[in-house]
Amino acid sequence: MLEVRNLHVSVGDRKILDGLNLTVKDGEVAAIMGPNGTGKSTLSYVIAGRDGYDVTEGEVLVDGVNILDMDATERANAGVFLAFQYPMEIPGVATMTFLKAALNAQARARGGKELQTPDFMKKVREASQKLQIPQDMLKRALNVGFSGGEKKRMEILQMALLQPKLAILDETDSGLDIDALRIVADGVNALRAQERSFLVITHYQRLLDYIKPDTVHVMARGRIAKTGGPELAHELEKTGYAGFVGEAA
Amino acid sequence: MAAVKETVDRVKAIDVDAYKYGFVTEIESEKAPKGLNEDIVRFISAKKNEPAWMTEWRLDAYRRWLTMEEPTWARVDYPRIDYQDLYYYAAPKSTAGPKSLDEVDPELLRTYEKLGIPLREQEILAGVQSSKVAVDAVFDSVSVATTFRAELAKAGVIFCPISEAVHSHPELVKKYLGSVVPVTDNYFATLNSAVFSDGSFVYIPPGVRCPMELSTYFRINERNTGQFERTLIIADAGSYVSYLEGCTAPQRDENQLHAAVVELIAHEDAEIKYSTVQNWYPGDSEGKGGIYNFVTKRGDCRGARSKISWTQVETGSAITWKYPSCILRGDSSRGEFYSIAISNGRQQVDSGTKMIHLGKNTTSRIISKGISAGRSNNTYRGQVSAHRKATNARNFTNCDSLLIGHDCGAHTVPYIESKNATAVFEHEATTSKISEDQLFYCTQRGLSDEEATALIVNGFVRDVLQQLPMEFAVEAQKLIAISLEGSVG
Ligand SMILES: Nc1ncnc2c1ncn2[C@@H]1O[C@H](COP(=O)(O)OP(=O)(O)OP(=O)(O)O)[C@@H](O)[C@H]1O
Ligand SMILES: [Mg+2]
Repeated sequence: MLEVRNLHVSVGDRKILDGLNLTVKDGEVAAIMGPNGTGKSTLSYVIAGRDGYDVTEGEVLVDGVNILDMDATERANAGVFLAFQYPMEIPGVATMTFLKAALNAQARARGGKELQTPDFMKKVREASQKLQIPQDMLKRALNVGFSGGEKKRMEILQMALLQPKLAILDETDSGLDIDALRIVADGVNALRAQERSFLVITHYQRLLDYIKPDTVHVMARGRIAKTGGPELAHELEKTGYAGFVGEAA
Repeated sequence: MAAVKETVDRVKAIDVDAYKYGFVTEIESEKAPKGLNEDIVRFISAKKNEPAWMTEWRLDAYRRWLTMEEPTWARVDYPRIDYQDLYYYAAPKSTAGPKSLDEVDPELLRTYEKLGIPLREQEILAGVQSSKVAVDAVFDSVSVATTFRAELAKAGVIFCPISEAVHSHPELVKKYLGSVVPVTDNYFATLNSAVFSDGSFVYIPPGVRCPMELSTYFRINERNTGQFERTLIIADAGSYVSYLEGCTAPQRDENQLHAAVVELIAHEDAEIKYSTVQNWYPGDSEGKGGIYNFVTKRGDCRGARSKISWTQVETGSAITWKYPSCILRGDSSRGEFYSIAISNGRQQVDSGTKMIHLGKNTTSRIISKGISAGRSNNTYRGQVSAHRKATNARNFTNCDSLLIGHDCGAHTVPYIESKNATAVFEHEATTSKISEDQLFYCTQRGLSDEEATALIVNGFVRDVLQQLPMEFAVEAQKLIAISLEGSVG
């Protein structure tokens, strides 16, 4: 599904990713953990195609196709989804309107039909109920005045509706209360499928108790420093990142 | 492959600058000789069989115009207009004054059909159009059709071309014409007073709520022809009317002049809601062609508790010079101005409003949303003033500008003036750019740059869109997307 090969990325003079390699197989849930500022969000942005990063070396393959030449729209339509660490507010645009625009854009790009309004409404209603998102929130401007947890839930709603091939969740658990964490995790688990892969960026074992990862990667200083199974996350919980940060120093 | 086709389609769309209404109607027309002098003024007056008082009114305006100078204070830049190189009157030959719809030249009916303006009442009644709107269709210098007149007459509402009102309701025309925008108000208004061709006349009798939306649809077709429309709306005591104005013009390489005057009068407890979707041809992306839109619009809240609200969506024209204003004369009267002004390519917009508080407890509200893209310039110019007697006058102004790209400009020029210590004026202004982060967020969900921009812009202008009648709002939303095509990427 996803293959990142020897990825070097800088912003201005600052090197952020430094020869990163990462493979996520079809249907795999991979967790990435690592200290603040090691480049986890940068990796997710570069995969999703945000402007402003210089990729000086390396490749990012999705299903064997190098996506680095595609713009963000094309990548989204190819099935790459990013749940943002800090979701953007779009003043004046009702959440419903935004969801419809996104769904229709992706349907069109894939040569499919746009959803009829009643079908769309039904779909959104069902998906939002599962995430316990109240209906009146869908009428409000997207993310404007939403609490931190509400924003995160909205990201998962979008993921549920868009049904991506590769979903990157950047600290979706931060800011969630215990109940919300469970709801969001259930939402993610419901979407686990053989044709869908997840890259879950988190600082906490707690999320991984609910979303059980197949693999855990530790990222430090712009690279994957260690890869293991779920037990690696437990280990980190005890030891912290000292070993990794020190090792590279 | 799909992506390639889409690109081709998009390029095609941008190639014609995305202006959908640029076609020309092939119809024989009758024109006045080129240029302007007293004989031309008389010619126009004679064409309309006007009574002597009207001819004199025009000639008086013409003579005053000769002594005036074209204003230069607006932030717009254009080559000097040669007023002798224009036609001041053009009318489709087949139309010798307004007739019943059956007699209207089918070519004209087709033109309006293509523009999406329903003129056939049966079709509207049959539900082809979602709700009932009475239309006065003005083609170059004449009104070619006015719908639903009979039904409106039952309610006592007069809705007809102004050229006809001069004959059928001279007492009303004499009383009100020029009473809000005096003949010598400004250079373009004076010119209009001399040569105005047609426009709509509306009178709502006391206590009547106009049973449907009224609208006038202006179309400039002829080459080198100025359109000088004149609209006069009177809402008598306790009445209500909602009026819509739309405009388009063919795509031509040379500039065309449109200098309109609109006067509104609201008596005691009356309310007028005036909405415009201005979509004149804006010129191509290099600034060639397009309409010069120099318009004087003013409403007089003459009676106590009267209310006038202007809502405008300005997307077209090469140059827009337009300040729909309210004179808040009646005590407790209220004026509102809601504006969306979009400029792209080389368009220049200098628009805003004046709220002149004369009466006690008068209130006004200004919400202006300016969007500049391409290499355009967009200026909001607003004046709020309180007269000595305007005790407790209140104004709230909110003026937001949004920039798309790096080569455009947005300017805000507010003038505030108060001669009464109890007046309270609030002014808020912001200028922002569409943030890269917002755009990325939207494109990450699959929207193209242009769809993302249109969506964000629609959010930005939502407060104003909500003021428009339903169908108009939908139309306006589409128009905004079209106007911004080619502005990103
Ligand atoms: N546009 C930029 N300009 C300069 N430095 C940047 C830019 N973007 C990211 N960085 C720097 O790159 C480093 C990695 O940032 P990134 O946000 O990817 O970290 P992270 O691993 O997601 O951290 P956290 O766990 O705190 O979310 C940080 O030091 C950050 O300051
Ligand atoms: Mg981060």
